[in-house]
Amino acid sequence: MLMQILEFSLIGVASGGIYVLAALSFVIVYKATNIFNFATGEMMMFGTYLFFMFDTQLGFGWIAGLAAALIGSACLAMVLERGLLRPLIGRPAVVLVMVTLGVSSILRGFAGLIWGPDVRQLTEILPRNPIFLGDILIPGKLAWGFVIIGLIAGAFMAYYRFSRAGTAIRATSTDQVTAESLGINIRAVFLLSWALAGVLTAASGIITASVNGVTPQLGQVALNVLAVVMLAGMTSVGGVVIAGLFVGWLETMVGAYLGASWQSFIPYLVVLLVMLVKPTGLFGERRIERI
Amino acid sequence: MNAPMTSVSAEAVTAAPKRSYLPELISWLILAACLVVLPSFGSVYVIYMVCLIAINIIATVGLNITVGYTGLLSIGHSAFLGVGAYASALMWLHLGTPLIVNMLVGGVAAFVIGLIFGVPALRIRGVYLAIATLAAQYFLYFIFQQWTSVTGGDRGLSLPRIDVFGLGDTGFYYVVMLTALIACIAARNVFRTRVGRSFIAVREKDYAAEVLGINVIRTKLIAFGIGAAFAGVAGSLLAVFLRIVNPDQFTLVVSVFFLAAVVVGGRASILGSILGAVFMTLMPEILRFVLEHAAPQGADLARLLSPLREILFGALIVGFLIFEPRGLVGLVRRAFGDTEAVEARAGEH
Repeated sequence: MLMQILEFSLIGVASGGIYVLAALSFVIVYKATNIFNFATGEMMMFGTYLFFMFDTQLGFGWIAGLAAALIGSACLAMVLERGLLRPLIGRPAVVLVMVTLGVSSILRGFAGLIWGPDVRQLTEILPRNPIFLGDILIPGKLAWGFVIIGLIAGAFMAYYRFSRAGTAIRATSTDQVTAESLGINIRAVFLLSWALAGVLTAASGIITASVNGVTPQLGQVALNVLAVVMLAGMTSVGGVVIAGLFVGWLETMVGAYLGASWQSFIPYLVVLLVMLVKPTGLFGERRIERI
Repeated sequence: MNAPMTSVSAEAVTAAPKRSYLPELISWLILAACLVVLPSFGSVYVIYMVCLIAINIIATVGLNITVGYTGLLSIGHSAFLGVGAYASALMWLHLGTPLIVNMLVGGVAAFVIGLIFGVPALRIRGVYLAIATLAAQYFLYFIFQQWTSVTGGDRGLSLPRIDVFGLGDTGFYYVVMLTALIACIAARNVFRTRVGRSFIAVREKDYAAEVLGINVIRTKLIAFGIGAAFAGVAGSLLAVFLRIVNPDQFTLVVSVFFLAAVVVGGRASILGSILGAVFMTLMPEILRFVLEHAAPQGADLARLLSPLREILFGALIVGFLIFEPRGLVGLVRRAFGDTEAVEARAGEH
């Protein structure tokens, strides 16, 4: 019994890794540009399809295919920022949210049009062999996926923390006007943060799809990412990691002991309760004004 | 639905040059006359679509009060539709109450649930609020799906055929039309009252509204409740109309559909809600019609239709927001050569 709980917990935390990457992409966009990106899940899905196209359909092989997919996803994100969201800067939040919802619909439509509604399997990159920790069995893809996610998230956070560009992003998120007057190119920061978001979403999408393949509905996963982000508090990079792993764990435990229909609901219930007590989320800054 | 209802600010009304509302009034009357005589010659399909459009208009007007006029982003609107639908269906099945009572109960039930889920709106704003309403969406969907003994679970509830005034479906058609008319007029008149104007004041700047003596908390709650109540009435009609209520009618996709209708039609405009609901309801039908006639022989239409609908759906939202923020109502006003700066500003929110 205890062993079983431990096993589910490990699997849950490992699967929460996917949320971490997607949530990081979400937070970086929100911090830099104040846009709440409802298209995060669809960017995951589209990046995964790009990998499928370059790798399987065009025969690049998986290394070149992966690079092409990440670059392609970053370019797509930059086009979205420059083409659709830049003209709307300063408009009410309702408008920005609706644009990202519209974008998500468009991306889903194009994926369905190009690749069809059926499940497509990706090339097996991650080793399949399960990993044994004593008596506990962890599926190999999940474990290795988690390791890769850890590397990517670590690299991203180091870049965000220490590089010049990361500092510029943080400065912009603190105070746009001051950042601009100190010579930071705000437009470049916007583009960069979207490009980073594109890379992160594509990576998390590919890792998600390496288990069950990819369909145009893959983006649904990201609805739980919203719960992660809200729980962490929208602006906290470190908090997102903890919240992502927690939501992954919670979801697996709920799925295992209460049934699958509770899975999409419980994370939101937790979020709602947390928000009633602490509206900024667990780790968020007190940026929002209250009435 | 005369012209001044979109002129949300008082200054627009006084600043506008005197113009004749007679042509507009006449066109509304002609439309009403057409709708009255429609059942005697319209096909079943036409009646079906008109009913569906009218129900969507009621729900869209409600969402526009919350989102367009008060500026509270709600992405859980379809859940309130569901509350109304289940409430009225249960009343009818178990108590056998008449339709009008069911509609009222549906509206009141949604109003109350809307108030409950509006509570987060008191502490949080903007996109945070959007997530709270998303939680409402999942919460209510979960209840619809899991409370099997009451809601029938995934299979939902089946309703018998309704007979209004002994006219059968035609009678129901008139009920829907009348309700839609009342809903639109009621919504228009709300914005001539203190409560309605305080919605707009809260949207523009809630601090300023509070300084002016408006109870912001109460205003936000009422805006949520009224929007939900419209959805509840629409939901109770929808239940009777489709004769089935199940959880999959009230998903996030449906909520986004209503948001799209608000945005495409025109925020903070009753006429916009009407146009938006008509346009978004007809859009899939038009697309199917065009595809059936324009697609090359042998193309797999079913495979094309759904992705193309999603692309068009998203493109309409994005396109209108970027190029015509006032929505269809802006296009209409431009077509009539009516480009008041004040209205353009009023439509910006």
